[in-house]
Amino acid sequence: MPVSSYLLPYDFSPLTILSFVLVLGFYGVALLKMPEQDRPGSGRIVTFTLGVMLCYAVMQTRFDYYSQYMFFVHRGQHLILHHLGPILIALSNPLPVMRFWHQKISPSVRYWLQPLGWIYRLLQQPVIASVLFVGLIYFWLWPPIHFDAMLSRQLYWIMNWSMLLDGLLFWWLIFDPRSPALTNALGYGKRILLLALVAIPQMILGAWIVFSRGMVYDVYEVCGRAWPMPPETDQLLGGLLTWIPPAMMSIIGILIVLRRAMHEDGKFSKRRSLAGGSA
Amino acid sequence: MTRLLPLCSVFVALMLAGCAGNDESWHGKDISGLMPELEFQLKGTNGNTVTPADSEGTIRLLYFGFTSCPDVCPTTLTDLSRSIHQLPEEYQDDVTTLFVSVDPRRDTPERLASYVNFFGERIVGLTAEEPTLRQLTKRYRTTFGYDEPDASGNYNVSHSSAVYVFDRDGNARLLLRPGLSPEQISEDLAQLAQESSP
Repeated sequence: MPVSSYLLPYDFSPLTILSFVLVLGFYGVALLKMPEQDRPGSGRIVTFTLGVMLCYAVMQTRFDYYSQYMFFVHRGQHLILHHLGPILIALSNPLPVMRFWHQKISPSVRYWLQPLGWIYRLLQQPVIASVLFVGLIYFWLWPPIHFDAMLSRQLYWIMNWSMLLDGLLFWWLIFDPRSPALTNALGYGKRILLLALVAIPQMILGAWIVFSRGMVYDVYEVCGRAWPMPPETDQLLGGLLTWIPPAMMSIIGILIVLRRAMHEDGKFSKRRSLAGGSA
Repeated sequence: MTRLLPLCSVFVALMLAGCAGNDESWHGKDISGLMPELEFQLKGTNGNTVTPADSEGTIRLLYFGFTSCPDVCPTTLTDLSRSIHQLPEEYQDDVTTLFVSVDPRRDTPERLASYVNFFGERIVGLTAEEPTLRQLTKRYRTTFGYDEPDASGNYNVSHSSAVYVFDRDGNARLLLRPGLSPEQISEDLAQLAQESSP
């Protein structure tokens, strides 16, 4: 097979390609047009682009073919769509870009976009966000649902997009660059708590898949594998990918949030003492 | 309360209607609406082109395999032919089995013909060039792959182990997963044949 066919989409989705082009396009235009002092540094730009391109790669290249016909590759795909990609995008702090475009929206359009803001704030309630984060993983891995999702093209796309969008929401909540001391962003303690809480059900699910004796996801058996691999090996690898990397990412997330909290600790108390002094 | 009575009766009627519509139960997996209708253009065992029009009006059982398949394919095809034999007489000619070989390199028309003839009369052996097969399997969200050949040139092929059932109109209806008994398959086929007997 020629190399180019590995880079072409297996299941061409115009909507997906359009979304990725728009995201990168809006990001690029904002970079060029925004004032110098707001512009993110090159490290942040690379992180953002890498996160976006990783998500694109697992959805619109040959990788998608293997994700449809190998359970463990499918788990890798969701690891990128629900964890790694959104983590990189959130860490790159695209807030200045979003602010730039937000200012460009005319007030009347902004008025009509208000319901989106309400939905966003509802979904970013910490309890709802974490239940949604874990719930979606459990929902799509529920064996009968998983079976249908792998059989129906439509459900398959809904599954992948819901994972990506939910990943972006959750990790943005966790890595929101705005300080909770100055804005109403979620407090660092709560962020750490959420990260620890969502790790536990993921570990339980992953361990359950790893230690299951029978075939939990027979759809890969039914639909044929990309290459002849023993089903037990496929399931074991998939279970490990559900179990270990998400737990590791929670720990890394906790460390990043802790570091940020420690950095801000001094600033925050200084500001408070100043405020106290003037009172 | 009297004003609510008509509303209640409508509600009860709707619930009963809902139950009545739901009494279809299958041993196989119901895939109505999950998959596209039957469509293909493949090569038959005497070199002719075969399309779904050739078996129009019958229930089609689509199965992907290969003739050198050691156990899964013969077992499945035997089960299918046994289940068709158990159908009421009037429906026995209403079921067509489509065996699509995903190993066109080894499965020549002659080889395919002698293989399918072993499993009965109403079974059609089909194959095509690999790209055509890739398109067809993609349409039904399945795939196949080849192992490295061993010293004597034999290789294993991974393929779907399920049978796709299409009704007389060519709509995807059921997926027969491995593990169903011929009796169960037969019951499903009879129910499908009954609901739309010509």
